[in-house]
Amino acid sequence: MELVCPAGNLPSLKAAVDNGADAVYIGLRNDTNARHFPGLNFNEKRATDGIAYARRKGVRVFLAINTYPRPDGWERWQAAVDTAASLGVDALICADIGVLDYASNRWPDLNLHLSVQASSTNYEALRFYHENFGIKRAVLPRVLSLSQVKNVVENSPVGIEVFGFGSLCVMVEGRCILSSYVTGESPNTCGACSPAKFVTYKETPQGMESRLGDVLTDRYGKNEQAGYPTICKGRFEVGDNTFYAIEEPTSLNTLELLPELQAAGIEAIKIEGRQRSPAYVAQVTRVWRQAIDACKQNPDRFSARAEWNHELDKVSEGATTTLGPYYRPWQ
Amino acid sequence: MSNPRLSLGPNLFYWSRDDIFDFYAEVAEMPVEIVYLGETVCSKRRSLRTEDWFDLADRLSSAGKEVVLSTLSLLEAESEMLTLRRLCENDRFMVEANDMGAVQLLIKQGVPFATGPTVNIYNPATLQVLANKGLKRWVMPIELSKETLAEMQTKRPEGVETEIFAFGRMPLTLSARCFTARSHNLPKDDCQYKCLDYPDGRLLSTQEKKPFLALNGIQTVSSLTCNLLSETTEMKRLDVDVLRISPQSQHTGRIVEAFHHALQDEPPPPLDRYVPLGTCDGYWHGSAGMESKR
Repeated sequence: MELVCPAGNLPSLKAAVDNGADAVYIGLRNDTNARHFPGLNFNEKRATDGIAYARRKGVRVFLAINTYPRPDGWERWQAAVDTAASLGVDALICADIGVLDYASNRWPDLNLHLSVQASSTNYEALRFYHENFGIKRAVLPRVLSLSQVKNVVENSPVGIEVFGFGSLCVMVEGRCILSSYVTGESPNTCGACSPAKFVTYKETPQGMESRLGDVLTDRYGKNEQAGYPTICKGRFEVGDNTFYAIEEPTSLNTLELLPELQAAGIEAIKIEGRQRSPAYVAQVTRVWRQAIDACKQNPDRFSARAEWNHELDKVSEGATTTLGPYYRPWQ
Repeated sequence: MSNPRLSLGPNLFYWSRDDIFDFYAEVAEMPVEIVYLGETVCSKRRSLRTEDWFDLADRLSSAGKEVVLSTLSLLEAESEMLTLRRLCENDRFMVEANDMGAVQLLIKQGVPFATGPTVNIYNPATLQVLANKGLKRWVMPIELSKETLAEMQTKRPEGVETEIFAFGRMPLTLSARCFTARSHNLPKDDCQYKCLDYPDGRLLSTQEKKPFLALNGIQTVSSLTCNLLSETTEMKRLDVDVLRISPQSQHTGRIVEAFHHALQDEPPPPLDRYVPLGTCDGYWHGSAGMESKR
C-alpha cells in the first residue's frame, strides 16, 4: 500500500518526502485543481524543484488537474496538462472527460489517475475511464462502506486509492454544488468549496456568527471555537431542532481499518490536506508511515497505537475523528 | 431558433404508490412530449418496483409520450448495479444515465442514450467524447449558465440534443448518508421511509429562520424553485431542444401549462403561487444559484 501525501507548497512537499511518503500530490497555481486557494500551490519553477527533491529520495509526484473546464477556460486546462507532461510528473490526476481525452491523446505515455472529483463510485464507471483513457488508478469518493470498497476493488480494471485521513467530504465529490448555490463558485468550476473571499465572521449579541455569502452557517457560544463555514458543516434548523443537520465537523481517520484495507487489495492510501501546513503534513505522514509499515509487517497483530491517534487528533478538524462511511455494519 | 419541447424530469421525491400512479395518470394528459421515469435518488424507495416502472412506461408510451428511463445517481451497492443493468438492457426505452457507470453499460449495449444533470458535461470536448459513444441528449449540469450554454451550442456535435433544467427545486448534492433520517434521529438503515412525509423535501432553515435547503433523503435540493419561465425566448434563440420541468407534489400541471403557453409566445401566468417557497434563477445568469435576477 502506497502512502500518498498532500503538498500545497514546497515546504510541505519536503515534509512529506522527508517523513516517509511514497508519493506526493500537488497542483498548479490556478483553477485547474480542486484546492485553488490564495497563496497555495506550485508555479513551474517550484514544481520543478519539488519534483527534483522528491526524485532524489525515490518519491513519486502526482499533479492534480481535477476541476471541470468550461468552454471559456479550456485552453488553461490544456496548458496545465502540457505543463505537467513537460515537468515529467509521475501521474496526472484528472476528473473531466474532455481533459482526460486530451491528455491521453496528446501525451499517451503519461500515467493518468482518476480523481475523486470524477465522482466514480462503481466499477462500471471505472471501466469507462480505463477503456477510453487508459487510467492506471482511481481515487474513490468518500461515500462507500468497506464492503462496497472491496467489491469495487474486486471488479475494477485499475488499482484503487482511498482516503485514509483528513477533512471529510460527506457529499459525493464532483457532484456537490452547495458552494455555488450560495457563492456562484464550486469545486468543479473554480477549484474551491466555500471560497474564503465569501466568508465572514461577526461578533453579535447572539454570539460569533459565521457566514458564507449572506447565508448564516453557524452561531457559536462563548466557549465554542468558530469553524470554517462550509455549508455541510453548519448548524441549521430542521423541524424544531437546531443541529448539525448534515455533518458534524469531524475528520476522517481510518488508521484502525488499515489491515482490512490492505487485505482488500487497496493500492494506495491518500491523505487529504493540500491546504494544510507543512507541520500537519509532516506529522500525519510520519504517523501513517509507521502505521502502514507496522501493518505490512504483521497485519494480524496490528492495532492503531494510542500515540498515533493522539498525534492525529491534534491536527484534526473539529479535533475528533470518525471512520466516516467505511464503517457501516449493516451493509 | 429552435422550437423546444417540454419534458417532465424524473420525480426526485418519494411518494406513495397511489400518489405516483395518480400523478402519472395526470401527466398522460399534460402537454409534455417527453417523460423521464424512475428512481434517481435512493434505492430504498420501493413504492414502485422496477416492473412497475416498466408498466408505467408502457402506459405513458401508449398515451403518446416519449418515455425515457432514468437511473440512480449514486451507485454504491451491488444490488443497485443489478437494477441498473436491468434498466440499461431494456430494449424498448431510451435510458437517461445519471452516473458514468450507467453511461458505460449503455455504451456496451451499443444503444443511444441520454445523460442527466449529474453527469458532468462542462465543455465541448466532453460532449464530443460522449457523442462518439452514442449520446443523443444531455441535460446541462445545474450550475452552468446561459453563457456556457451558448458556447456549448456552437460546438455541439451533430445529432445531440440539449436539455435545460427549467423548473423545479434543484438537485444540489448527494451523499451516502440520509439527512431526512438524520433529522428524525434515525439511522439510514432504519429510516422508516420518513421521506414519504415530505413530498417536496424537508425544509432546512438557517438560524435566522431563512429557508435555505430541502432534505430529500440522501439528496439535498434547493428550497427555492428554479424558474426559467421568463427565459423561453432566450432558450429558443440558443437552440435549446428540451425544457425540463421537475415534478413537485402540487400544481405540476399548471406549471407545464404555463411553459406550454410561453413556448407558443403566449403570456404565461405567474408561477410564484405554485411553488413551495420562492423562486430563483441565479445559475442561468451566471450568479449564485439561489439568487433571483428576474
